[in-house]
Amino acid sequence: MLWACVLLPQLALDAVLRRLPQPEAPLALIGGSAQLRTLHAVNLSAAQAGLRAGMRLTAAHALLPEFAMVEHDPQAESRMQRFLASWAYRHSSLVSAQWPGCLVLEVRASFRLLGPWPRIEARLREELGGLGFQHRIAMAPTPRAAHVFAGLRDGLAVMQAEAMADLLDRVPVRRARLPDDNGERLHRMGIRDLRTLRGLPRDSLRRRFGLPVLEYLDRLYGLADDPLACYAPPDHFDARIELGYEVESHMALLFPLRRLIGDLCTYLSIRDGGVQRFVLRLEHEQGHTDVEVGLLAAEREPAMLFELTRNRLERVQIEHPVIGMRLLARELPPFVPAARDLFDTRPQQQLPWPQLRERLRARLGDDAVHRVAPAGDPRPERAWRRVLGDGACIPVAPVRPPRPAWLLPQPVPLRDPHPRIVSGPERLESGWWDGDDARRDYYVLETSQGQRAWAFAPPGEQGGWMLHGWFA
Amino acid sequence: MGAVVALDTLLAARTLWHAGRSTAIAADGESTGHDALDALLPQGGWPRRSLTELLLPADGVGELALLLPTLARMTQAGSAVAVIAPPYIPYATAWQVAGVDLSRLEIIDATPRDALWAFEQCLRSGACAAVLGWPVHADGPALRRLQVAADSGECLGFAVRDRRHAANPSAAALRLEAVSDPRGDTVWQVRKCRGGPAPAHPFALATH
Repeated sequence: MLWACVLLPQLALDAVLRRLPQPEAPLALIGGSAQLRTLHAVNLSAAQAGLRAGMRLTAAHALLPEFAMVEHDPQAESRMQRFLASWAYRHSSLVSAQWPGCLVLEVRASFRLLGPWPRIEARLREELGGLGFQHRIAMAPTPRAAHVFAGLRDGLAVMQAEAMADLLDRVPVRRARLPDDNGERLHRMGIRDLRTLRGLPRDSLRRRFGLPVLEYLDRLYGLADDPLACYAPPDHFDARIELGYEVESHMALLFPLRRLIGDLCTYLSIRDGGVQRFVLRLEHEQGHTDVEVGLLAAEREPAMLFELTRNRLERVQIEHPVIGMRLLARELPPFVPAARDLFDTRPQQQLPWPQLRERLRARLGDDAVHRVAPAGDPRPERAWRRVLGDGACIPVAPVRPPRPAWLLPQPVPLRDPHPRIVSGPERLESGWWDGDDARRDYYVLETSQGQRAWAFAPPGEQGGWMLHGWFA
Repeated sequence: MGAVVALDTLLAARTLWHAGRSTAIAADGESTGHDALDALLPQGGWPRRSLTELLLPADGVGELALLLPTLARMTQAGSAVAVIAPPYIPYATAWQVAGVDLSRLEIIDATPRDALWAFEQCLRSGACAAVLGWPVHADGPALRRLQVAADSGECLGFAVRDRRHAANPSAAALRLEAVSDPRGDTVWQVRKCRGGPAPAHPFALATH
């Protein structure tokens, strides 16, 4: 196996920057307690002005009076990581977002599909750049080694286990991502690189630093199994952008909307799905406004979805300032690209019946689409049954006198006072064995409106008509 | 002179036709299965890729007898026929006796609001050869949507509606109204048909 590690050095900052129309303007993420506000991360232009992470907010203001401040949200980071894991899932089936600030994915299995490593790497970089994330990428035969290499040098790729062991031996202990602060402690003890560390007797090393260090080393060099928590994509999409300021115009919502739609489409292409209905939720200080978007066909074209959502959004009256935006898609039906044969005479958006049925069922309920089949029972209410699905075969009905094309679910009294009897009676006496005994005389009647009714009366009578069907 | 030219243009565009002179039009309709009705309609059958509206005084006056030959032929040919939110249960035995292949007859239950959506979806999809619906709350724009959907899905749409809608304009290519003749039998009067003047005399279905 070959593992690629995508290190995201400023995930929290990128998560904020990518939804701003002007990411070049100075910006800082603010963290810490209310009394002691500190900078958590700064972007490039803020760093050029002298701002540094860890700086006090008052000191930062002294250096640069005007810069955008965004509250640091630790959860946003893990949300973004999950989103990127779903993005990486497109390139590999084994993706793990187990370690904070990075993703690891198995790439050897993808070589045959996506080409050799340089091509995959270029692809990863291009897509990450498009999504707006700073990244460092490295590859190694074990996931932990890839993680270490990504921290050391961007673009490092090692295919062979021996070459990896050689390289790892030269890694300084402080950069080897040893558990806890063991790297720093070992460094202070004079152990500079992993070769020296591995040269130490394992027994005493375990006694002094505990088992985790030894386990880590074994996993790093591929001497022990490394169980990773692999990412499994959820079957719905839910993304949210906090605006950080109050928005009352549609125009200001369009940029974050484009990002949300872009994320949705990225997610859809990973799942090889489309979206037919989704909700754009505009969050206010209190309550929210929902913009529902429904399509005739499952789609995943970002430009088309954006235009559509924008049109819907512009029709909505924004009564309260919007402070956040959320995109919810619960049903992600399979996507059928519009393909058309050169000599095909059927319309372009033709949909096979099974897909149409799924679409109908998605909206109308699981047993809304059915067929009818005749059954053997002579009682009309039992002489038919619903059939769901394609499998069941339809029997041939036994020969009987003419039956109406429309059957009423329940017999109802016929309102016509003087119907004309066309034919009948047909005595029906059945059901004594199952407790639903029926004794009826069926007649074909003609009402004053010209309808042909199928009605029954108690045996031997010609009145008190109960309507049971129409000969339509 | 200019007026004459304008008249010719109108005639050529078939927006105007001479009364009493039958216009030559391709008989490319889908046969209704009733020879007398085929002879009456300009296309020689149901107009293809369009919506047909049936206007009834009440349910059960023979609307299915009118349609069943067409539906039977289509299902036997292996095409799907969708029935959207029928007002009653289609009685399997009777439909089978009429020749309908029940394994190709899809029945869709829906609330009146969703029924219109389902109707449009089925028409537009191109998966069905014919779609039968009861658009109770449909207004002019909704019927136009259905007509456009039938056109893009290349299928026959049948909208069964109450007779009181006869006075309202409709986008349907063909409108048939069930009326009683002096003898009390139900006959079908063509109210509108695209491609020609509506025939003056009604069409009587063979009595069942």
